[in-house]
Amino acid sequence: MYLQIIEQVRQRIAVGDWRPGESLPSIRQLAADLQVSVITVKRAYLELERDGVIATQQGKGSIVAANAHLRSRIHDQELAAHLTQAARIGSLLGLSPRDLQSRLRAAIDQQADVDKERT
Amino acid sequence: MSEFAAQLAGVGKDYRFFSLQDVSLVIPVGQIMGFIGPNGAGKSTTIRILMGLVHQDRGEVRLLGRQMPAAQALAKQDVGFASEDMRLYDAATLDWHMRFVQSIYASWDSAYAQTLIKRFDLRPEQRMKSFSRGQRVKATLLLVLARRPKLLVLDEPTTGLDPVARHEVIRELSDVMLDDHRSVLFSSHNTQDVEQISDQITFIDRGRIIDCRDKEAFLERWRRIRMELPADLALPVLPGVVDVKQSGRLAVATTNAFDARLPNAYEAAGIRVHAVENMTLEEIFVTNVMCSREEVNA
Repeated sequence: MYLQIIEQVRQRIAVGDWRPGESLPSIRQLAADLQVSVITVKRAYLELERDGVIATQQGKGSIVAANAHLRSRIHDQELAAHLTQAARIGSLLGLSPRDLQSRLRAAIDQQADVDKERT
Repeated sequence: MSEFAAQLAGVGKDYRFFSLQDVSLVIPVGQIMGFIGPNGAGKSTTIRILMGLVHQDRGEVRLLGRQMPAAQALAKQDVGFASEDMRLYDAATLDWHMRFVQSIYASWDSAYAQTLIKRFDLRPEQRMKSFSRGQRVKATLLLVLARRPKLLVLDEPTTGLDPVARHEVIRELSDVMLDDHRSVLFSSHNTQDVEQISDQITFIDRGRIIDCRDKEAFLERWRRIRMELPADLALPVLPGVVDVKQSGRLAVATTNAFDARLPNAYEAAGIRVHAVENMTLEEIFVTNVMCSREEVNA
């Protein structure tokens, strides 16, 4: 369950809702807002701190880490996780590396079409 | 003030067909303890002992640092207790009950009571006898919540509530936790509610505590490993695996002490690990009860 909280915090930082240096809600406040247990949020904050996404100062609470590359790094980690999953599921389905590559190529083309329509 | 809102140590109670055996548990201040057990496991008996309504045959009980049942009058000033069989006066209105509780407890928060009336969708001028079961449960909770007690002891607070009302109750309980001096003990057989808001979880079955730890530790340690065995290879017995189910060449092992080395050990034995899955609290609970019953019967 704490993984969902980590994901939500990362997303809010990624979309710019929470900017570097800005304070995060206190653990108890976020727990009440999301209606989850205090210990779950505590765990999520600990992991986020370990990953360098947030920084916690004793008695002052947590702030978004002042790391300029945060946005790209978060997306980078997300991409890595998805690719690992894709490789795993591909192997479960018995797809050859070539098949998997062409599926990825198709997805890239599809996204390119979506982007074109938008502009 | 002690760091525990409640403590039970080696508590026992014997009845003709049931006995509570060596129950020990602590509720840290500022946390929610979810107390889970099947019907007849001893949840209510334990709670009644904690509240001084039933006296234990053995063991020590402390409520907000005070000895129970001896000092119950003092301890209960700061404890809000609600259970299904709470007596409400059928002929009196909810408003009458609110004024009654307010006259006894100085901590009564009228503004909060009004907020709860709206959130729980209740009518103060209505008599208790025309309340539905769910409304009665919500009224009982309102009467204890509005006192803002240091410790809330709730016996099955969400049982019999519709999903919307359950959501409201969960929301109130998580709001209580904004104050780090307050604590909650709530029993339930609905593991979903407990999983959402509890910090600590205790499983009870057949009068014994079978497991007790913080929720994240529970979810962390229990995993299900799905595997494919090569033909004519038996699944090796590995430490930490509490349950194994096999059909043909597919096997599922359940562990309560997960470690990344475990799937590696299977792989090293020539087994293909398909997936390592997280388990819900409900699955953990059921497996835990089954395993502990097997141990007792063995």
